[in-house]
Amino acid sequence: MKGIEVKQITKRYGKKVILNGIGFELEPNKIYGLLGRNGAGKSTLLNIMTDRVSADDGEIRLDGVDIQDNDQQLGNMYLMSEVDLYPKAAKVSQIFKWTAQLYNGFDMELAMKLAQKFDLDVKAQFSKLSTGYRTIMKLIIALSVQVEFIFLDEPVLGLDANHRDLFYKELVQSYSDNPRTFVISTHLIEEVAQLIEHVLVIDQGRLIIDDETEDILKNAYMISGAEEEVDQYVDGLNVIGSDKLASLKASYVFGELDNRVIPDRVSIDKMDLQTLFINLTNGGQNNE
Amino acid sequence: MQFNFNSTEPIYLQVARQIEDAIFTGGFHEGEQVPSTTEISREFHINPATVLKGMNLLVSQGLIEKHRGVGMFVSKGAHGQIIQARQQDFYEKYVIKVVTEAVKLDISKEELNRLIEQGYQYEGNRS
Repeated sequence: MKGIEVKQITKRYGKKVILNGIGFELEPNKIYGLLGRNGAGKSTLLNIMTDRVSADDGEIRLDGVDIQDNDQQLGNMYLMSEVDLYPKAAKVSQIFKWTAQLYNGFDMELAMKLAQKFDLDVKAQFSKLSTGYRTIMKLIIALSVQVEFIFLDEPVLGLDANHRDLFYKELVQSYSDNPRTFVISTHLIEEVAQLIEHVLVIDQGRLIIDDETEDILKNAYMISGAEEEVDQYVDGLNVIGSDKLASLKASYVFGELDNRVIPDRVSIDKMDLQTLFINLTNGGQNNE
Repeated sequence: MQFNFNSTEPIYLQVARQIEDAIFTGGFHEGEQVPSTTEISREFHINPATVLKGMNLLVSQGLIEKHRGVGMFVSKGAHGQIIQARQQDFYEKYVIKVVTEAVKLDISKEELNRLIEQGYQYEGNRS
């Protein structure tokens, strides 16, 4: 198949199972959201997918070919992460040049244009940049390498609101000009909810959601009203969590509501992606 | 244009409705070009495929049309078509709701008629 196949990836650190038989596919030219709580295994997965870390079990295939130790396949992927791999004294402009040598088709013109938009001084030493500007430099590289699969691990770490806004704009522009696959791993779900076409949720080392954003939200409801009536209404439905305030209750339902009668005093609203995520990944505990 | 992402309405429908609103209020005139998919996506951080879905809905309703290689334009007669559709929706969307609420609040038919009359006066004073 065209794209990336992740097959039964398992990873242990000592006795702890970080990833437990993860499997999904990434299609060409799509924007994915990889969501999960701290320590869910997102970064480990992205590192395995780009062969920086090896899995204990399973394999990653790109266009049907195993990527492990395969430089040609790995040249089609780029991982932007928190880790700083650059020599201390290196200047931003040098890092751009090195990247251009490593990745065919690095768009230097775009990189310089973006540097200007973000006010990044390309003559500055990377090690002397602030956390925010280190992130900006890495983002600029990620948008400028013209590879088919780009993985962004916490892409807006340390960025202020203006720079985050600018980044999302430039991401969309770059994607429109030159469609390719982006996988965005982030905690800031609200900011990317409209951007991601497909959602992958990892919880406790397992993949619990792998679906189109629109389809997921179609079946995500918040049922609220008096506790007794809410409980009665949701009986038998897939309730994934609830909130309570005095005798008022909101129950979160993920799944179809069937044709049951809605009591007068119960109201039904849709859940947003963030609320759904929180309720799916809180370990089955209610937020009460 | 404004999008309320906490709304229960899918984003592509919001995109369609926002453009429709702009045509209705005269923000985009007939024959004028509407912003491109990329422009809208970029400005509001919305996936281009979602924006395109909203645009295509308007194309299928005949409100906007594609000019190959140039972009999307407001169709001739779009404004009138929107008004006609909204007039048809008026009864279901507003009248029924007002009457239902009035009944719940024990407001009599005469009282409701009087309030509507008052509303007309208010509107007359405003303009």
